[in-house]
Amino acid sequence: MAMHAERSAALHELTSAPIQHAFNPYEDNGGTILAIAGKDFSVIAGDTRQSQGYSIQTRYARKVWQLTDRAVLATNGFAADGNNFVKKVKQRLEWYEHAHHKQMPLKSIARMIQTILYGKRFFPYYVYNILGGIEEDGTGAVYSYDPVGTYERESCRAAGAAQSILQPFLDNQIYFKNQTPEPGAEPFIPGNLPLSTVLALVVDSFTSATERHIEVGDGLEVYVVMKKGRPTDDLVGEGKLAPGMAVEELDALGEGDGEKTFLVTRSLKRD
Amino acid sequence: MVAKDIEVAPIGFDFSNYARNEFLGQSLGGLPKATSTGTTIVGLKFGGGSSGEPEGVCLGADTRATAGPIVADKNCEKIHFLTPQIRCCGAGTAADTEFVTNLISSNLELHALSQGRQPRVVTAMTMLKQYLFRYQGHVGAHLVLGGVDSTGPHLFTVHAHGSTDKLPYVTMGSGSLAAMAVFESSYKENLTRAEAIALVARAIRSGIFNDLGSGSNVDVAVITKAGTEMLRNYEMPNERGVKSRNYKFRRGTTAFSKEYIRDLIVKEEVRSTSGAGKEQGPAVAVAVGEGMDVDP
Amino acid sequence: MNQHPAMWGHPMTPHQAFNAHTAFPLATPNPMRNQHASSPVSHTQQPLVTGTSVLGLKYKDGVMLAADNLASYGSLARFRDIQRLHPLGNHTCLAVSGDMSDYQYLKKELDGLLREEEALSLSDSHPALHPSQIYAFLANLFYARRSKVNPIWNAILVGGWDATKEESFLGYVDLLGTTYSSPTLATGFGSHIAQPLLREAFEKKAGIDGKGELLTAEEAEALLNECMKVLFYRDARSLNKYQIATVTKEGVQISESKSAETQWGFAEALRGYGAQQQ
Repeated sequence: MAMHAERSAALHELTSAPIQHAFNPYEDNGGTILAIAGKDFSVIAGDTRQSQGYSIQTRYARKVWQLTDRAVLATNGFAADGNNFVKKVKQRLEWYEHAHHKQMPLKSIARMIQTILYGKRFFPYYVYNILGGIEEDGTGAVYSYDPVGTYERESCRAAGAAQSILQPFLDNQIYFKNQTPEPGAEPFIPGNLPLSTVLALVVDSFTSATERHIEVGDGLEVYVVMKKGRPTDDLVGEGKLAPGMAVEELDALGEGDGEKTFLVTRSLKRD
Repeated sequence: MVAKDIEVAPIGFDFSNYARNEFLGQSLGGLPKATSTGTTIVGLKFGGGSSGEPEGVCLGADTRATAGPIVADKNCEKIHFLTPQIRCCGAGTAADTEFVTNLISSNLELHALSQGRQPRVVTAMTMLKQYLFRYQGHVGAHLVLGGVDSTGPHLFTVHAHGSTDKLPYVTMGSGSLAAMAVFESSYKENLTRAEAIALVARAIRSGIFNDLGSGSNVDVAVITKAGTEMLRNYEMPNERGVKSRNYKFRRGTTAFSKEYIRDLIVKEEVRSTSGAGKEQGPAVAVAVGEGMDVDP
Repeated sequence: MNQHPAMWGHPMTPHQAFNAHTAFPLATPNPMRNQHASSPVSHTQQPLVTGTSVLGLKYKDGVMLAADNLASYGSLARFRDIQRLHPLGNHTCLAVSGDMSDYQYLKKELDGLLREEEALSLSDSHPALHPSQIYAFLANLFYARRSKVNPIWNAILVGGWDATKEESFLGYVDLLGTTYSSPTLATGFGSHIAQPLLREAFEKKAGIDGKGELLTAEEAEALLNECMKVLFYRDARSLNKYQIATVTKEGVQISESKSAETQWGFAEALRGYGAQQQ
């Protein structure tokens, strides 16, 4: 009983002290992003819902951004930090273009993003980034980051609210984890899937995440970046996309080296 | 002193675990939190007066059950049975709503049997609030209770702490604000049965599409003197489309390093000896029988 | 205490158990008083005199905004004739919720900014600021201040008409620097109560993609009136006296204060909260 009395005295002290309502400069705005690299293309996707708690702030907020003709960045986490981070990255890319009369290569953008993120190590951007695009050697690439700048090149990555749902799925379908090839057949090599398969996996990832995660839904935006000279008929051809999906080719941002970026859109469930 | 030997049942609240729980809470970094469900549940009274239709109660619920941000059940039932003409929508901790409605349903049946007549809605309401008050809000059941009895239609909300409200239209759960907005702008007295169902469905839809804790389908229950109609999945505005790919795996996809097949059927040989052991010494028990292997 | 219904029934820690509505602000000692001169500067404030939620809606000819005339002091309805709609230039209007002193500071800053812009436009072919530019300014200001952990304690809707693109503009920005756009918007409690009604009415006519025909001026105003009425019924910090701003290509027009017609007749029929019959 004595212990009880002491504790409640301590509690009283706590409540009677001046209460300062601490301002929290961060917020989680939900949503999820995903990127998959192919041999000569890269796919970067995100849903368009922005939420706060149990409320939908908007059913359309952009999370995926075209940076250059061969780089697309997806941001997820705190929306205000995401938008301002992208603004900063775009500004640095413009300065680079003015100084060097060419667009920054993908691997340089990747390193630059690391330094910008680490630059705010002690007041971080609460943002999970995934950078996708085409490297100088023409291969598709995906770089993923943590909020303070750790990064890595990978074949695929999911981040955000439904990361824990989607990453195991991608590990199985893209990296062929826990799958043994048929006896006598060629071994699986990650990063060689055709674009149509990758797109189907992306769409199924997002429809599934929408089913099981309350913060995912409303709309889907998929950016497809293709190596220069790669045929595009597997994406823009008649009947190549499932019903309800639309595709448009985006204008080149720079001189236009020949890489192409497409935007594929689709609606997701709104509940 | 005889009285000393009589064990007196403890009266009042028992705080003997308080210190232990505080300690556990500190060492575990917070007491474990029970799974809570985001929900939209509603109810309204209709009929009578200018409608020219019998009076009744219409209840509605969404069908999403959540565990944090994850959808645990896409089509669960939140309109619980209490008696043939009393139903109860539950929001809050899933297990508590399930348990408390089951318990009260049993007690109402016993009550009906002992009294020889159908229980009233106020009886259900009183049993619920007294039970919930006893648990001081720790039984996290937030309920919309509705039904028709010998005294007419009744509609209540019961909060987890044991307070109740009696109103012509009510909403509960994380989608209660979205649903209440619909009621506040469109509820009228003496709605017809069809109008009542349409308004309830609209209020639930408001929760489904605006509140992340609510989703999937609309369940409706209509209770009048004539009986109860459960309109399970009255609207299904969120059906999943077909998947782009087929994820059936080839047989043999999963690798394994060893194969061990264990016979799960215990076999035992029974031999009739018809008293053959009568003149023999004490039998020696053999412990191990066939099929009793354990994993090596 | 977190008043959101999703948090009902959750046991509260002593810190959460503090109820700002009942105790604030008179029971709260001034934190600055205890602050030593040498101690680090504490920017983190809290809102004092506050305005409740504001609404915004795109319609056929532009944008409509709504805000009531109340500025509360905690739970006290302190100032009951405050205008929370503020025109900026010819084609932009703000609807402001949150701290009213921060709102007055913002008005001063923005009016100054627009005065400079106007002076430039007199001597030069300097174009007037577009709604999206004013919005960008506000977003940058709010984000910069949150990044100094010294927020401007408001949630604001910016409504406007972009004369160049010939289209309406509606955006949200708050104390965290969070921004978003949508054909219908609401801040604070309005995002729980009014937004569902606004979305439903908008989508019923324009479709879920918003590509159909938009609401007419009459329909939009009726919808906002309805939402303000429902908010008055359910928001304990609201007042049944509000204004509506209309931004079209003709300019900004702010209505006189008006009241919604409310009905409380049902109360006559209520008998208790439980088993009472009479």
